[in-house]
Amino acid sequence: MRYLPLTEVERRDMLAVIGVPTVDALFRDVPKAAWCSEPFDLPPHQGELQVERALAKLAAQNVPAGSVPSFLGAGVYRHHVPATVDHIIQRGEFMTSYTPYQPEVTQGTLQYLFEFQTQVALITGMDVANASMYDGASATAEAVMMANRVTRRARAVISGGLHPHYRETTATHAHFAGFTVEQFAPNPSADEDLAASIDDKTSCVVVQNPDFFGKVRDYSALAAAAHAKGALLVVVVNEIVSLGAVIPPGEMGADIVAAEGQSIGNPLTFGGPHVGLFATRDKYVRQMPGRLVGQTVDADGRRGWVLTLSTREQHIRREKATSNICTNAGLCALAFTIHMSLLGETGFVGLAELNHAHASILADKLAAVPGVKLLNDGFFNEFTLALPKPAAGVVEALVAKGVLAGVPVSRLYPDRPELANLLLVAATEINTEADMDEFAAKLQEVL
Amino acid sequence: MNEWSKAISNFTTDGLGVSGTYSGHRGLQIEEPLLFERDSEGRCGVDLPEPPKARNRLGANARKGRIGLPGISEPEIVRHFTRLSQKNYAIDTGLYPLGSCTMKHNPRLNEKMARLPGFADIHPLQPVSTVQGALAVIDQLAHWLKVLTGMPAVAMSPAAGAHGELCGMMAIRAAHDAKGETRNKVLVAESAHGTNPATAAACGFTVEAVPANARGRVDLAAMKAQLGPDVAAVMLTNPNTCGLFETEIREIADAVHAAGAYFYCDGANFNAIVGRVRPADLGVDVMHINLHKTFSTPHGGGGPGAGPVVLAAALAPFAPLPWVVHGRNGFEVLEKAEGDAAQAFGRLKGFHGQMGMFVRALAYMMSHGADGLRQVASDAVLNANYILASLKDDMSAPFEGPCMHEALFDDRFLKDTGVTTLDMAKALIDEGFHPMTMYFPLVVHGALLIEPTETESKATLDRFIGVLKALAAEAKEGKVEKFRAAPTLTPRRRLDETGAARQPVLRWRRPEEPARDAAE
Repeated sequence: MRYLPLTEVERRDMLAVIGVPTVDALFRDVPKAAWCSEPFDLPPHQGELQVERALAKLAAQNVPAGSVPSFLGAGVYRHHVPATVDHIIQRGEFMTSYTPYQPEVTQGTLQYLFEFQTQVALITGMDVANASMYDGASATAEAVMMANRVTRRARAVISGGLHPHYRETTATHAHFAGFTVEQFAPNPSADEDLAASIDDKTSCVVVQNPDFFGKVRDYSALAAAAHAKGALLVVVVNEIVSLGAVIPPGEMGADIVAAEGQSIGNPLTFGGPHVGLFATRDKYVRQMPGRLVGQTVDADGRRGWVLTLSTREQHIRREKATSNICTNAGLCALAFTIHMSLLGETGFVGLAELNHAHASILADKLAAVPGVKLLNDGFFNEFTLALPKPAAGVVEALVAKGVLAGVPVSRLYPDRPELANLLLVAATEINTEADMDEFAAKLQEVL
Repeated sequence: MNEWSKAISNFTTDGLGVSGTYSGHRGLQIEEPLLFERDSEGRCGVDLPEPPKARNRLGANARKGRIGLPGISEPEIVRHFTRLSQKNYAIDTGLYPLGSCTMKHNPRLNEKMARLPGFADIHPLQPVSTVQGALAVIDQLAHWLKVLTGMPAVAMSPAAGAHGELCGMMAIRAAHDAKGETRNKVLVAESAHGTNPATAAACGFTVEAVPANARGRVDLAAMKAQLGPDVAAVMLTNPNTCGLFETEIREIADAVHAAGAYFYCDGANFNAIVGRVRPADLGVDVMHINLHKTFSTPHGGGGPGAGPVVLAAALAPFAPLPWVVHGRNGFEVLEKAEGDAAQAFGRLKGFHGQMGMFVRALAYMMSHGADGLRQVASDAVLNANYILASLKDDMSAPFEGPCMHEALFDDRFLKDTGVTTLDMAKALIDEGFHPMTMYFPLVVHGALLIEPTETESKATLDRFIGVLKALAAEAKEGKVEKFRAAPTLTPRRRLDETGAARQPVLRWRRPEEPARDAAE
C-alpha cells in the first residue's frame, strides 16, 4: 500500500520491542462485542490510475461553469485566478503544515496571515481583521454573536437584502444560543426602514452591500442611527471584488464586517471550501472570534510573528471562549493573500472596474430583450431581472441551450411566489461580449 | 528608515549582527520583508485589459480614496511566498507528531482530483441536472462514512471539527426539544478538547466537567452521579486525549441512554480505530469526523477542514440543510425544511459543504479501500506503541499501555532538572523535528502528546526516539542552559508572546499612520 511505509519485517520487530505477539493485542481495551475482525463491505484498495479513472468519470457528469457562458453569482463568483496562486498554495511547506502553534518553525504561515489580516483591513476600511473564518455565512453569524457580547444585548435586526443562506445560518445560531433576530422580508424593489426597528435592546443591524439583489447603497445614515441607540452596524460583503469600486464599510461607520473572500484566489468548488473574512474596530478586538496573528520580537530582538490574544479562544477559555472555532480556512486565506498581492492597488481597482463595466453592458443587453425588466440600476457586477415567467424554468431551458444563465431567486426563496420571476445575473472579467450576446439571444428565444 | 530596514538593522548598520552576515540572511535562511514593505507605485502583478466603455452605475457610492494595497510584480511575489514557505515546518519536510492532529501524509492524487474542472469549476447553485457527479461524490463519501462508523445518517455540511461539534450538539438540542424535554446541562470529559465545552456553551448549554480516574479514563461512577433529568448529553473523545481507549465505553453509553441523554463522541481520534471499530457498536449517538485528520485532506496551515457528522436514527431527522437525496431523476438537494427534511434544525454555512475536501477524502478512501483503512489504524497504533515502549524508561508515561494512536508522557522525568515541557519541545525543533502537542491534555502535568501516524517509517521513528532519549539524558545531566536557549537554529528564536498580547500589533500600518483608538 503506497501510503504505508512499514514492512512486515519491521512490524514484527516493533511488536517484539513492545512485547506483544500481534497488533490486535494492542487493541485489547476494545470491548469484544465492538471488535470487527473482518474488513467492512466496501471496495478494496486501488491504484492511483484506477482511482483517477473513477473520479474523472464522476467529474465528467458535471457541467463546469467554464465550459459554457456562465452568469451565476449569488454569493459565489467565477473570476480568473492567476496561475501563480495555485502553484504556491500547493507548496508542501504551506499545504502540509498546521496551525502555527510553534512560531519558530511556522514564521511563513504567520507572516502571510499577518499580511492577510492587513489586506482585509485595508480593503474593508476597518482597523483589524482576523486570520479567517469558514465562510461568509458562518462569519455573519459570528458577527452577530460578537455584537451581542459587545453590547450585552440579544436582538439583531436583519436586512431582507442579506443572502438567504446567511440569514438561515444566523437564525439557526439565534435559535440555539438564545438571541432573537428580526428578519425583514426580501424585497428587491423597495428600500427598507431598518433604522425604525432599532431600539435599546438591539445589539446590531445587519446589512449586505451590494445586497443579495445586487443593489449598492451607502449605509452611513444607518450606522449613525444604530450608534445613536447603542447598537452596532454589521456590514456583510458577498462579492469582495466590489470593494475595489464602492465605498468600503469602514467609511460608512461599520463596526463589524463579515465577508466571503472566495472571489479572490479561490475557485467555485461547488460552494466550499471558501474563506470567511472578519474585520472590526480596534476597540472590539478582544471580543473577536477566531485566530489572530500579532507582531513581536524574538530573543535576539528580531521582528517575528505569533498567534496572539488567544485567551479569547476555546483551547484556553473553554466554555467561556468567544467562539468554538479552531481550524479555519488557512490555505484559502493564503490563496486570497497571493492573488490580492498580485493585483495590488492598480489591479484590484482595475478588476473591479472591469467587472462593473461587463455587468453594465450585460444589463443593457438583457434589458433590451422584450419582456425583461432590470429591477435595480445601482449595482456592481450583479443585478436582478424580472422575467415574464418563472425564472427557474427559463434557467432550465437555457441549460438545454448551453448557457448557465444565473440564479433563479426561487432556488433560495422557494416559498415566496412574489419572487418567482426574478433572476440574479452576475458578470465578471471572465465573461466576453460574445458570451453576453449569446445569452441575450438565447434568452429571447426561450421567453 | 522603513520598518523592514529597522527589522534587519541589527545586521547592516555596524557590520555583522546576530546572523553573522552582512545581508542579514544566513545561507538558506533568507530574511523577507512584508509585502507592504516591497510596495512601489507603478508595479503590478497582473495585466488587465482596459475596461470597455460602459455606463457607470455606482454614482455616489463609488469608492473615492486609495486603498493602500502595495504594487508588486509577479517575480517578486513568487519569491516572497517561496521564501516564506521555507520558514515553515511541514509533513512534507519531516515528522509532525502533533498529538490529536493526525498529521499524516497528504497524497497529491487527492489534490489533482479536487482540481478537475468538473469539481473545482462548478457553481453551487447550478441546476442540479448539471452537477449530478458532484452530488454522487457527496453520496458516495456519505456511504463510506456510514459504513465505517455503522451509523445510519450523516450531515455533510460542517466545515471543520468544531463546526461538526456544533452540528451534533444542535441536533441533540433539537431532538430533546421535539420530545418536549428541557435539558440544559452537558457533561464534558475533563480531558476533552477545548472545542467541546466551547461548543456546548455556543448551543446554550451549561457545562460540567466529568473527572478522569487514575487510569486516565472517564470516572464512570462520578459520571453516573452527575447524570440526571437535566443532562442533555455527554461529550467524550474515544480514543481519549490521553491516547487511551475508554474501556468502559459501553457502560458509559448505557448510563447516558438510561438517563435519557445522548452520547456525543468527538471523532478527532478516529484514525486509531478506522476500519476496526464502528462507533455505532460503542453506543455513540453522534460523532463528527475530521476529514483533514483521518482522511488526509491537507491541514493547510490551519484549514480548510471538513467535519461531517454521523448521526444515530433518533437524531438523523434533525440534520441541518442541505440534504442530498436520491430522487426520481437522480440526485436531488433538499434546501428547505419540508418533506423528509421537515425537522432539519436549520443551516450552518452557505451552500453544500466542503466539496473540495470531499473529493480529496473520497480519493483517499478509494485508494486505501476497506483493507487499507484497517491497516491504517493498525500501523498508527503500532507506531505510537513503539514510541511509548521505546521511551517509557527515559521519559515518564502517566498511564499503563498499550496506548492507541498517540503516546502520552508527563513531565515527571524532568522533575528538578529545571527543564520544562516547553524547553523539551523547543530543543526538538533544533533537532529538525516538529514538537509534539504540549501541555494538553490538562489531566496530566506538563503533558507531551506524541501522535506519529501510520505514514512514518520505522527509520524515522528510530531517529526521533534516539533524539528524545539523548535530550532526556541531557536534561537529567543538568544541561539546562541549552534547553532554555533553544531553538537556536531556526529563522527566529523564541518569540515574546507576552509582549505580543500586551500591546497587540495585528496589522501593518504606514509608519506615519497612527493607530486608532486602543483596545478596550
